[in-house]
Order: sequence, then C-alpha cells, then structure tokens
Amino acid sequence: MIMIETLLWLVGYQLAGELISRSFSLPLPGPVLGMLLLFCTLAARKSVPDSMKQNVPRFLSHLSLLFIPAGAAVLAYRDLLAGFGWQLLVVLAASTTLTLLLPGLLLKLLLARHRHKEEA
Amino acid sequence: MNPMAAVEVMRTSPLSGVFVTLLAYKLAVLFNRRCHGHPLSNPVLIGVLLLLGWLLATGTSYRDYMKGGVMVQMLLGPATVALAVPLYGNLSRLKRAAGPLAITILFGGLVGIVSAVGVGWLLQLPQQVLLSLTTRAVTTPIAMSVSQGVGGIPELSAMFVILSGIFGAVIVKPLFSLLGMGDDMVLGTATGISAHGIGTARVFQLSETAGAFAGLAMGLNGVVTAILVPLLAPLLH
Repeated sequence: MIMIETLLWLVGYQLAGELISRSFSLPLPGPVLGMLLLFCTLAARKSVPDSMKQNVPRFLSHLSLLFIPAGAAVLAYRDLLAGFGWQLLVVLAASTTLTLLLPGLLLKLLLARHRHKEEA
Repeated sequence: MNPMAAVEVMRTSPLSGVFVTLLAYKLAVLFNRRCHGHPLSNPVLIGVLLLLGWLLATGTSYRDYMKGGVMVQMLLGPATVALAVPLYGNLSRLKRAAGPLAITILFGGLVGIVSAVGVGWLLQLPQQVLLSLTTRAVTTPIAMSVSQGVGGIPELSAMFVILSGIFGAVIVKPLFSLLGMGDDMVLGTATGISAHGIGTARVFQLSETAGAFAGLAMGLNGVVTAILVPLLAPLLH
C-alpha cells in the first residue's frame, strides 16, 4: 500500500503540472512544474510523507533505467546523425564540457565569497 | 510449433520491449559494479549499447521496440516530480545559497546555448543544425518543443540531448576531481545545467545532495533556455 500512496503523490503532481502547463501554455513541461509544485507543498507542510520518505530514494536510485529507451532512438535517426559526422561529436563534447566547467567554477567562486561575507 | 511466430512475438510484443530494457539495465548495473563504478561503465551508456546490439541482432525496428520501451520511459515523469523530495531534504543549504545558485543557473543557461551554437558555427554546420543545437543542454521535452519553435529539427535536438547527457555523465566526476571541485552542491548544479536528467541519474550515485541540486538546476535551466532561445535565435537568421 505504501507504494500506491507514493505513486498517487507523484502522478498527481505530474498531472497537476501537466494541466497548469497546458492551460497557460507555459514553456515548462508538466513533470518539471510538478516537481516545483511538490517542492513548495513539502516546504509548506514542513515534512515529507512517510511513504515518499521510504520509496522515493529507492525509486530515484534507478533513474538511469528510465533513459535507456530514449537512447535507442539513435537507431532511428542514425542516418540523420551520420550525415553531419565528426563535427557534431566535437560540438557536443566541447559544449557539454564548457557548460559543466564554467557554471561550476562560477558557483564555486560565488559560494566562497558568500561564505566569506557570512563569516565576516 | 511455429518458431517464426515466437520470433515475431519477441520483435513486436510490448512485453519483450519492457523485458529487454530491464535486462539491459540489470546487466549494465552488474557490469558497472564489476568495474568498481568506473565512469566509462556508466549504466545508461552500457544499457543503451546492449539494447542497440539486441535490436540490430534481432532486426527489431525502433518503432516496434518502443511499444514496450515507452512503458519504461513513461516513468520519467513521476521520477522528475520525485526529485522534489531530496531537494526538500536540502532546504537549508538551498536557502543559504539561493543567490549564487540563481546567478549560476542563469549564466549556465546562456553558456549552454552559446557554446553549442558557437562551436557548431566555427565548424560550419548548417543553420538548421545550429538551431537544433540551441537546446542541447536541457531535458528532452523542453528541447524538442523549443527547437521546433525556432525552426530546428526536434528529433535531431532529442539526439543531441541524449548524447550530451551520456557524455556529461561519463566525464563529470573525473573532470571535477581533476580540478579539485569536490563540493556536492557545485558538482550537482553544474551537472544539472549541462547534462540534465542523465547527468542527474549519474550524480545521484555519488550523493543524494548532488542529485538534488542537479534536479533543481535541470528544471530551472529548462526554464532559462526556453525563454532565452526564442530571443537569441533570430541572430542566426
């Protein structure tokens, strides 16, 4: 029964996110909006329901599984990808690396300054 | 006894799609443990390769496979919502760092767009591919709809997102260790900005805090990108 409660919460908030996103044509997909709504709810009630406390960490530990079907789409679009060849791989690798590094360095810097200010 | 009928079931039944996905994941996780969690043995990377091997060997089309694959993929929605729980667990850290996080995610959204388009432009990729690259760093549903909105090819954008996610998931830990950037919040936030959900799944294995901030950064960077891309895209026309 505990898993049922967890699914009611998660699917319910996704559905709410989906409804709000479509009704107001927001740029956010339903699940992302659902995440923000659930976060606000948890912050307002100041605790996590027991069922979610138990099940969510177990569920999220298998997050990788859920991306495997999307990866198979490479099969369907391989000609499209192959058409642009190595340049695409260079672009994706360079951009992913830069987008990890630059924001990472900025946050590290900002946090250090922030802490410095708090201590002062 | 009709062996051809059995082969047909394996190829087209939704059940076999679900089974093969679970099996590919299970084997990938076992392999990852065998390799002591080496970054190259990433479960998404290995799982996808195993699955592709199976589909090619059996001559199963992507469409037939997805009759079952979509059932696994459907759980991505509730899983994304579930990221709110570890995020709430980090509420006090989140409150203390709200300003720096907001600035970083805004900046990161811009870097994600400009770096992909910039390098692509240097390598003389065609305009439609550049437009499809703008959403490389964000989660697939946002990427596809935004890309379509500015004249990109949604399917191509989805591919860019997945390949970037796998690449980011593989390199993030070695890269950050090399640079001595070990803080969970920094690691998680950067991963969420650059490698969305696949990166988030990866850093969850490292720490729940990193996973929580990755989930937050992924969601907010999605918003930033969805707003910035339509504003910046006219520069490419």
